[in-house]
Amino acid sequence: MNLHEFQGKEILNSYGVNIQRGYVATTPDEAVAAAEKLQAETGTGWWVVKAQVHAGGRGKGGGVKLAKSLDEVRERAAQIIGMDLVTPQTSAAGKRVHQVLIAEDVYYPGPSETNEIYMSVLLNRQKGCNMIMYSTEGGMDIEEVAEKTPHLIFTEDIDPKTGLLPFQARRIAFNLGMEGAAFKEMVKFVTSLYNAYDGIDASLFEINPVLKTSDDKVLAVDAKVSLDDNGLFRHKDYAAMRDIREEDPTEVEAGDAGLNFVKLDGNVGCMVNGAGLAMATMDIIKMAGGNPANFLDVGGTADAKRVETGFRIIMQDENVKAILVNIFGGIVRCDRVAQGVVDAYKNIGSINIPIIVRLQGTNAEEAKKIIDESGLKVHSAIQLKEAAQLVKDLVK
Amino acid sequence: MSVLVNKDSKVIVQGFTGKEGSFHASQMIAYGTNVVGGVTPGKGGQSHLERPVFNTVSDAVKETGADVSIIFVPPAFAADSIMEAADAGIKVIVCITEGIPVKDMVTVKEYITDKDCTLIGPNCPGVMTAGEAKVGIMPGFIFNPGPVGIVSKSGTLTYEAVDQVTKVGLGQTTAIGIGGDPIIGTSMKDAIQLLMADEDTKGIIMIGEIGGNMEAEAAQWIKAHGTKPVVGFIAGETAPKGRTMGHAGAIVGGADDTAQAKKAIMRDCGIHVVDSPADIGTKIAELLK
Repeated sequence: MNLHEFQGKEILNSYGVNIQRGYVATTPDEAVAAAEKLQAETGTGWWVVKAQVHAGGRGKGGGVKLAKSLDEVRERAAQIIGMDLVTPQTSAAGKRVHQVLIAEDVYYPGPSETNEIYMSVLLNRQKGCNMIMYSTEGGMDIEEVAEKTPHLIFTEDIDPKTGLLPFQARRIAFNLGMEGAAFKEMVKFVTSLYNAYDGIDASLFEINPVLKTSDDKVLAVDAKVSLDDNGLFRHKDYAAMRDIREEDPTEVEAGDAGLNFVKLDGNVGCMVNGAGLAMATMDIIKMAGGNPANFLDVGGTADAKRVETGFRIIMQDENVKAILVNIFGGIVRCDRVAQGVVDAYKNIGSINIPIIVRLQGTNAEEAKKIIDESGLKVHSAIQLKEAAQLVKDLVK
Repeated sequence: MSVLVNKDSKVIVQGFTGKEGSFHASQMIAYGTNVVGGVTPGKGGQSHLERPVFNTVSDAVKETGADVSIIFVPPAFAADSIMEAADAGIKVIVCITEGIPVKDMVTVKEYITDKDCTLIGPNCPGVMTAGEAKVGIMPGFIFNPGPVGIVSKSGTLTYEAVDQVTKVGLGQTTAIGIGGDPIIGTSMKDAIQLLMADEDTKGIIMIGEIGGNMEAEAAQWIKAHGTKPVVGFIAGETAPKGRTMGHAGAIVGGADDTAQAKKAIMRDCGIHVVDSPADIGTKIAELLK
């Protein structure tokens, strides 16, 4: 589950991580009130108005703006709230901005130069442990840094037995070129950041940039925080932070029905039992000359109700020209699934696009018979090859 | 011969009396698997499916001599169950449970490093030795004893491969579903090493998917040490970057874990990669002719 910047920062701060402070606003009036409050608390004279959407590259799309007066705060907030923000990570239609974070200015002049750093915490899948990845090249797209200057990216693996050790935190601070007060601040920053990661069942922290200020403080200017969905049962308070406005409505509907659905932009829908077979079915559609319109895993049971919900969800997409149902009946009997498909088809009433049903496994022959004798406009297949050929014929 | 489980394996079921555990245990028994009992804390002393129920895994091991365990415990408690089995001296631990938090699996992985056990899964369909033992949820009737070993991250895609192998007139030694989570006990390389060393296995099918680098690691090992033909398939060529596709571990992060990149490495390492999953059976038949 992804969180907004302001939610992520709030959690980090509760673990003692220094952050760029701010308040959320949903209207220009609230933005001004937030700015005044922030001024009273921090003395900041400038503010940053930041769109709160689940997408990176917000600055590039005009979703992050500096305001040098309260009038400018109002103006910028009015511009950003309600806009459809397009960034390199969103679709061409962009994401609607419902709220902004009014944040303090942390790039003020002072005795030393400011310094932007990149830091993330994530799972090292290969080694089965967490790791901290960091770079002196903060504020940039880290994938670009990895490509052009890979020697400027460092990693620190964390032993699950001990957690982050003090010498590791020191090594990170040294490698980042920190000295004096900033060195101590960085050690504290890294340590509390890792404690937060470990404490909240996170799956990714990406802090870009971490800023060393001109007066040697170290703080998180941005925060991308993702939580492990499987760990949410331990964190009901964080689970409540979910913002479904950021998610695709059909994916939310599918999730509520217990279906695993990811919307894609092709023309052939598919419904499959099992994630691996579902991905393989998408690949088959592509090889047959079509493009998959979705990923949909109906799970092991694939009964009439789930099949019907699946059909309804897939057909919300007007680009879908055909649907391929691919079920391998192991524990679940194919004739039951076939009856489910027939019932679902009848319940929905009018389905104007061709449907191909491939049922293999227990009672596959009986299942094919049920489909063929139903009188419905459904093509049936048993072998995967036959199903692929049917897709090819239909998308021509 | 076969790997991991066979007709002599003494199997216990953790989460024996629950709905999933009961259903699949009875299927395993019907297949002829030597299920010697089960564990459900608090129900020790009872009998279930005509087999004894124990409070702890160590009690079960003491009384039955069990050496294999299969786990159907809910995700919040499954990591603890794996570690209990490892502590009790179980040699092969198969965890079916889907949805275990990554943090818990990091702990498990660390805990079992110095234990004499092999963990399969979690989030997997289990291990099945054709005609001998079913320690998992795979449909038994599609199997037929024969010369092909199968390793896969996915459930239904494993069934697809098993079924195709049977339909082309061959059969299987052992099918190992290693699971689709980011952290699993037995890697693709580990599983392939087992099958390479098994004298009855003449050819291997490896089925991977997007995310992680297990397929590449296995491919490099095969290039250096492989002695048998390997057919490979990678699911997810059409998966978008950055989205989790059903399995928690199936997510394209960078350029190296796409289906295309994995297939290229596998081909370089001499693996016979098929682009369509419909060709898995015919390909292995062609190679074993």
